[in-house]
Amino acid sequence: MTSYSPDLLRLRFKASMGLNDEQIQMQRIATEFAQKEFLPYMAEWDEKEYFAKETMQKAAQLGFGAIYVSEKYGGTGLTRLDSSIIFEALSRGCVSTTAYMSIHNMCAWMIEQFGSEEQKQHWIPSLASMEKFASYCLTEPGSGSDAASLATTARCDGDFYILNGSKAFISGGGDTDLYVIMVRTGSPGPKGISCILVEKDTPGLSFGKKEKKVGWNSQPTRAVILEDCKVPVSNRLGEEGQGFNIAMQGLNGGRINIASCSLGAAQASLELAANHLKVRKQFNKPLAEFQHNQFKLAQMATNLVASRLLVRKAASSLQQNLPDAVSLCSMAKLFATDQCFDIVNQALQMHGGYGYLKDYAVQQYLRDIRVHQILEGTNEIMQLIVSRDILQN
Amino acid sequence: MAMRVLVGCKRVIDYAVKIRVKPDKTGVVTEGVKHSLNPFDEIAVEEAVRLKEKKLASEVIAVSCGPPPCQETLRTALAMGVDRGIHVEIGGKDYETLQPIHVSKILAKLAQEEKVDLIILGKQAIDDDANQTAQMTAAVLDWPQGVFASKIEKMDGTLKIQREVDGGVEYVEAKLPAVISSDLRLNEPRYATLPNIMKAKKKQIAKKSISDLGVDITPRVEVLTVEDPPVREAGAKVESVEELLTKLKDLGRI
Repeated sequence: MTSYSPDLLRLRFKASMGLNDEQIQMQRIATEFAQKEFLPYMAEWDEKEYFAKETMQKAAQLGFGAIYVSEKYGGTGLTRLDSSIIFEALSRGCVSTTAYMSIHNMCAWMIEQFGSEEQKQHWIPSLASMEKFASYCLTEPGSGSDAASLATTARCDGDFYILNGSKAFISGGGDTDLYVIMVRTGSPGPKGISCILVEKDTPGLSFGKKEKKVGWNSQPTRAVILEDCKVPVSNRLGEEGQGFNIAMQGLNGGRINIASCSLGAAQASLELAANHLKVRKQFNKPLAEFQHNQFKLAQMATNLVASRLLVRKAASSLQQNLPDAVSLCSMAKLFATDQCFDIVNQALQMHGGYGYLKDYAVQQYLRDIRVHQILEGTNEIMQLIVSRDILQN
Repeated sequence: MAMRVLVGCKRVIDYAVKIRVKPDKTGVVTEGVKHSLNPFDEIAVEEAVRLKEKKLASEVIAVSCGPPPCQETLRTALAMGVDRGIHVEIGGKDYETLQPIHVSKILAKLAQEEKVDLIILGKQAIDDDANQTAQMTAAVLDWPQGVFASKIEKMDGTLKIQREVDGGVEYVEAKLPAVISSDLRLNEPRYATLPNIMKAKKKQIAKKSISDLGVDITPRVEVLTVEDPPVREAGAKVESVEELLTKLKDLGRI
């Protein structure tokens, strides 16, 4: 019932538009993998709140564990655009699992970008294979959008930092192996923040209860609690005071990834809705023959294509480190997550009562992508970033 | 002694696509339709790559006959681990009328040129369901054949081939060089990995023309018309066996 046929929607504006041969091949592999390994289990993983580590490791074997990390350290060495294409394709099979994988990918990249040679050699291979899983820890109970005001401290004591504080809403928290944690080592504000890697089972590291969420249920979310947690100074990523910068640079890419996940859900939902409209009849004709539905579909498709183009442009821009990259990434995240939520919501409406049943996939796509408008920087913060760019330049 | 292996890779309409007959009834719609590597050929590629991994094969060459998009098909095979590809470029009307008899001669010629020890083909293509190319290729070359293979074992100078046949399972032993056609349960093909797709970029796809090979591809068969199967008619319920027999007699069925 939740499976889709490649021919289901004979859109000429497919997700493969504008891509070169290699990218189309990669997209195909990700799509086939997601259709076979994610899609049949998407509903079950959501219901049972199952963190599919083995399946993700299978994905990692294909190179999906550290897509935009250099081959030198065991990554796949592809571009941000390639990653966007891949996450969009994988999302069609399960948004939640794909979204976690994108966070994991982001952490691997942060280590590659800012880590010492030793840290890179030590961590990246096992992250690339997903032998080890990573979590990104920035948000705290007292600091969400105002991330720079974070209060978790790291006090230097000889060769160690002593960490105290707590992080909230950590994806993978409690079930992952490596925590990339932003902590305060210096003065208030962004310049006093550092980034440190903490391994699970470090004494003083514990977790809150597993949160009960509306979606993203195939990944556990927990608070990360640090109580006099002793971490070697050699686990610090980059310099003291560089942490906020590291966190934000990670998020630029993370935002493209999350937006890409929304695209996958929207494309899948659009196809499901179009198919439903062709099949469902009321007043003696298929719903697809009502102009209202036709026009709605047209709007949905237009907004999807517009979102996709913006996301891909942002990805290319980030890859080339262009001056507009940060704004574009924020715009892409803002626009795509909002548009795609509306698309999926409309797709659900087009299913009528059936759309509300868990037997149909649309509701899960909806529940899963709703949080994309909130995390990795709320869509309000995205507006702040873009407006600041406009007014300060 | 490690074998040199040739695999056939046919580009066919993807298995999941809903086939539509062209309005002029000359064939099915192929334009803009998703195509893929024939599933049985994918199994053949997988088997060849596994032989190479076991060091029983030294080189695996994939062949595809058809228009330029066949190179995509070859790239899929390359990304699975095949060493190099050969694209026999055939287009237009020639491609529409290409039959197993022609392909078998092409494969035979290439096998001889490449000094191949083993040819593995898919048992049939999912578009024509011909199930002829492997058998014909073996005949042209006068090589032994093991078709509908579900397991292949290398022995000393021969291959022990397990075949799925109507009555069950049969074993044949074929002296090399030989032709094998893969059946469904021979293996489960791997996904190409992203790194392998990147590596495949550097692998070679040689282009050959029909004149290079000197094979005659004049059509032997003419397609008169292609039509949808008849729409299923409504049935009728009967109350008794007598009524059933009467109805069947009336319809001339018995």
